[in-house]
Amino acid sequence: MLATRALSLIGKRAISTSVCVRGGHGVAKVEDYALPNLSAEQKSLKEKEKGSWVALSNEEKIALYRISFKQSFAEMNQGSGEWKSVVGGVFFFIGFTGLVVLWQRKYVYGPVPHTFEGDYKEKELQRMLDMRMGPVQGFSAHWDYENKQWKK
Amino acid sequence: MFRAVFRLSATGARSLTRSRPCYSAPLASRCYSHGKVETDEEFDSRWVTYFSKPDLDAWELRKGMNTLIGYDLVPEPKILDSALRACRRLNDLASAIRILEAVKDKAGPHKDIYPYLIQELKPTLTELGISTPEELGIDKL
Repeated sequence: MLATRALSLIGKRAISTSVCVRGGHGVAKVEDYALPNLSAEQKSLKEKEKGSWVALSNEEKIALYRISFKQSFAEMNQGSGEWKSVVGGVFFFIGFTGLVVLWQRKYVYGPVPHTFEGDYKEKELQRMLDMRMGPVQGFSAHWDYENKQWKK
Repeated sequence: MFRAVFRLSATGARSLTRSRPCYSAPLASRCYSHGKVETDEEFDSRWVTYFSKPDLDAWELRKGMNTLIGYDLVPEPKILDSALRACRRLNDLASAIRILEAVKDKAGPHKDIYPYLIQELKPTLTELGISTPEELGIDKL
């Protein structure tokens, strides 16, 4: 007896997710599977549909189609222009990031080390040549030691 | 003929002793080691029979079409003929037109399939008075 009472409670719960006549909620909504409320004109067209379809005009056929289907395949499959907004947004934010980076360089980062200065760099370069760095294929290979200039 | 890769391989004891080469030509078979093959003709006649049921109801029509469209193939004209006649029995012109749109969509990039289908179905379309989506102008936006 306890089992039957338990089962009847389970039964009650199951009903609420199934399709029923008053189903506006749930997984399988009744609107998805039944015809919408028809106007008088649509009702008479539906009656005419029971006869020969040769007698229907193109407009009537399209009207019958639209009763059952909201969008045609062409309308359903059409693309939107959304991608332009997306690409535009991407470029905008990349640009904004560029501004942030420039601001950072100016206001956040301190000065570069003194080793980047012109004088220092010249001395560094001379030192590299003096110690023959990359003498075969690399750096010093391009320096003409006889004429004290870069090889042409 | 319009089948892509929806075939079951041939059977049974043979494949236990010999290894089956798997090739992916358009009319290839899957390498199941068991299970009966359903030929194209059997598939077609099964579906023609399904739609030919005299008391087919609207749900069964929708279910059949949705299942058929779910397969990786474009249905043969005779299956579509049977489905269109089922639409006629159910007084459902909208579904008939929708079926034509759907098979055009199924053909995808193969633009020569749909004109062939329409050519084959022309007698049925004229007999039943079904206009193609092109005639109604709903194939364009």
